[in-house]
Order: sequence, then C-alpha cells, then structure tokens
Amino acid sequence: MAAEKNVGLVLLNSSLSPFGQRCSIALAEKGLPHEYVEEDLAAKSDLLLRSNPIYKQVPVLLHDGRTIIESLIILQYLDEAFPDTRPLLPTDPYERAQARFWADYVDKKVYGCGSRLYMIKGEPQVPANIEMAGILKTLEGELGEKEFFGGEHGFGFLDIALVPFSTWFESFDKFWGVGVAEVAPKLAAWAARCMERESVSKNVFSPEKVSDFIGEMRKDLGIE
Amino acid sequence: MSEPVKLLGSFGSPFTHRAEAALRLKGVAYEFIQEDLGNKSELLLRHNPVHKKVPLLLHGDRAVAESLVIVEYVDEAFDGPPLLPSDPLARAAARFWAQFAVDRCSRTLFKALWTPDGEARRGLVAETKENLALMEARLDGRRFFGGDQVGYLDVAASGLAWLPVLEELAGVERSMMGEEEFPALCRWRGEYTSHEAVKACLPSRDQIVAFYAGMKERLVLHARSMQK
Repeated sequence: MAAEKNVGLVLLNSSLSPFGQRCSIALAEKGLPHEYVEEDLAAKSDLLLRSNPIYKQVPVLLHDGRTIIESLIILQYLDEAFPDTRPLLPTDPYERAQARFWADYVDKKVYGCGSRLYMIKGEPQVPANIEMAGILKTLEGELGEKEFFGGEHGFGFLDIALVPFSTWFESFDKFWGVGVAEVAPKLAAWAARCMERESVSKNVFSPEKVSDFIGEMRKDLGIE
Repeated sequence: MSEPVKLLGSFGSPFTHRAEAALRLKGVAYEFIQEDLGNKSELLLRHNPVHKKVPLLLHGDRAVAESLVIVEYVDEAFDGPPLLPSDPLARAAARFWAQFAVDRCSRTLFKALWTPDGEARRGLVAETKENLALMEARLDGRRFFGGDQVGYLDVAASGLAWLPVLEELAGVERSMMGEEEFPALCRWRGEYTSHEAVKACLPSRDQIVAFYAGMKERLVLHARSMQK
C-alpha cells in the first residue's frame, strides 16, 4: 500500500464517544490520513489535558500541533481547512444554516434526552420516553423522503452528527420501550442505509456493543 | 437578491440582540417584528415549529432559527464586512469561544443571578467568574474579540453587556464582572455598547428592565430547572 501523505492530523478520541465517532466518520469520508490516539478516559493523557484544558474531553483534533475542539466545530474545520476533500456541508448559506440548526437540535435533544434516560428507571421514564419518541418523529419529519439528511448534497454534516446515536436506537427499545422502527420507521431505514457506508460501520459502536455498555453502566449506577 | 428580511424577536432579549447585531453589522436592511412571548404570532409558530422561539430570521421565504445559526447565516448570505475571520483555525476558535460564551458564561451567569442565596449560588458565582476569566484572557489587549472590528465572538458574548442592569434587578451588591477583576471585559463592554452599528439595536436600561419586569419568579423557577 502506498504511504499516505501526512497532512499533520491527529485525533485524540475514545471509541465510546459518539462525538468522537462523528470525527472519525468525517475523516474517513474525506479520505484524510491521520494518526488516531485512543484515550483512556479514566487516565487521560498529558496531551489531551494540555490540548483541551477547559473541558478535558475527547474528541480533540490536532492539526500541525494546533488544537480544534468540539465535534461539530471539528467537522466544519475539516471542510474549511481541506477544501479539496469531499465537503460535509453544502455551499448554499440557507442549506448550511439548516444543517447547523438540526445538528444543534441533535446535540440538545437527542443527546440531552438520551443522557437523562440513562439515569432513570420505572415510572419517571414515561415522560422521557414520550419526549424521545417526539424527538425521533421530529427528526424523521426533517428527513422526509430524502435518502440522507444532506438531500441532493448526499450523506453530509447532519447525517454524521446524528448517525453515532442511531446505534442507540435498539437500546431505546430494549431499556426504555421506545420502538424506533414503529415510532420513526423512515429514520430507522435511514440508519440502516448509513451503516452500509464503510465510514460509518467502521467507526460507530454496533447496537449490541451500545446495549452492553448501557446495561453495564446502569448496573454500576444501581439502576438495574 | 433583495428579498425582504424580517427579524422576529423580543427587544430586550440578549438572544434577539445577537441576531439584530449581526444584521446591523452586515448592513442588511430589515424589518423588526416585536413578538409578544405570551401570545406568539402565527408567523413565528409556522416558521419555527420546532422551538417556537425568537429570534427567527425570515429572508424571503427562508426561516432561520437559533441566534448563532442566524449570525452565521447573515455572515454567509449577505455582502458586507465579514463577521467570522477567514482563517479556518481562527474560525474554529471563534466558534468554540462563542459556544463557551453562550453556554458557560451567559447561561451560568443567568443561573447565578436567579438562584437564591446560599451554597448553590456561591458555586455558580465562582464558576461564572472562572469562565469570565478565560474570556478576559481571550481579549488579550484587543479592543474587540474580533480584533479592531466587532465580530462573531463579540456578538455571541454580547449578553455580558446586559449584566449591570440584570444585577441591579436581581439585587446583587457586588458585580460578578467587576472592573478590578475583569478590566479588559469591562473596557470591551464599553466599546461594544458604544459601537455605531450595535448601539442602534441595543436596548436601553429601561427597555431591559421592562423586558424582565414581572418575570422574577419565573426566572427563579427557570434557573432551578435548568440542567447543568
């Protein structure tokens, strides 16, 4: 195999992190060679702590030693710093605004509600379930009949923002009774289409792994 | 392309201000539509069904919601002085610090203001000051976060300009952003609020007071319900 041209990229990540997975997918979609460093979140490296002293979190992208943090910011950076690679965001300002709006929605709502679901069991789950079902339906409404959220642009920024959470869908059903296939079938179909892309299947956690991980965490927290 | 531009907002709200400041800085002609947040218009609900919030930008038939998304849209869709720098790394930094200013400064500060006295409030005040210190360092002797010109990060941080009035309303004796501890931020606040384009859309003290009037109980409840 020919040696990959070094473009000075290092990704500090944890394969667990859906935010980190976004970056891995983006780098793969753009065909950008990079050094990958798997961080042990229980024993963070000096490099991570130095690069992201404020949040001390992954993912962190280093480009020629300079730091870029926050997954959606990293994705936009990759578009802007590597304009000759496959763009993640469309060129039209309005379409870009829509992609940013919905990616922000994913962060606030899917991740926001999802993390709250983790912590609860029994009765209190019901309102959160209804909320999550509503969130998934709303996303499905935005997807409509499109193959990907990127529409004519194809698999893009918003798809990448959401897809790491799609492997949580089975767990939503198993632990909290939110059946994505019933509640948002088009979204479930979209998730399946995404998994056919190597950039996605190689970088997201399988539904089984997510389910095991959540099961373990809930046991540790004394929820199950 | 000269389709009409409308901004649905609530004058006095720092979120609305971000969107309006962007339009003013870019030199875009627009119509401001004041929304009654207790009785939202059909226009707002139709075009922002997801969040039902202001600010909402209508550019022709295109609706853009979320204040910072609106600011970037205005930067990209219209000609005029750029709000974001051109260098990709500088843009990433501006976006990061904008998010920080909104989530870790303005939001935390809001919680601190409306949380009753006690240990929780002391913790929030300490956290706010820690985060303000990072913004202070970010200014690094410059007039604005954007350098010589007001930019994206200045607009994102503009909520800090409201602080003196809000602290007065909340009955705070010593400001969280005092001049001794935060000389650069206090100077920045003066520069920002006296900037020609910004001044035109900055609410007066009375307008801010009016916006927050009668809201105190609701603000206290809201602060309590806000997640970390």
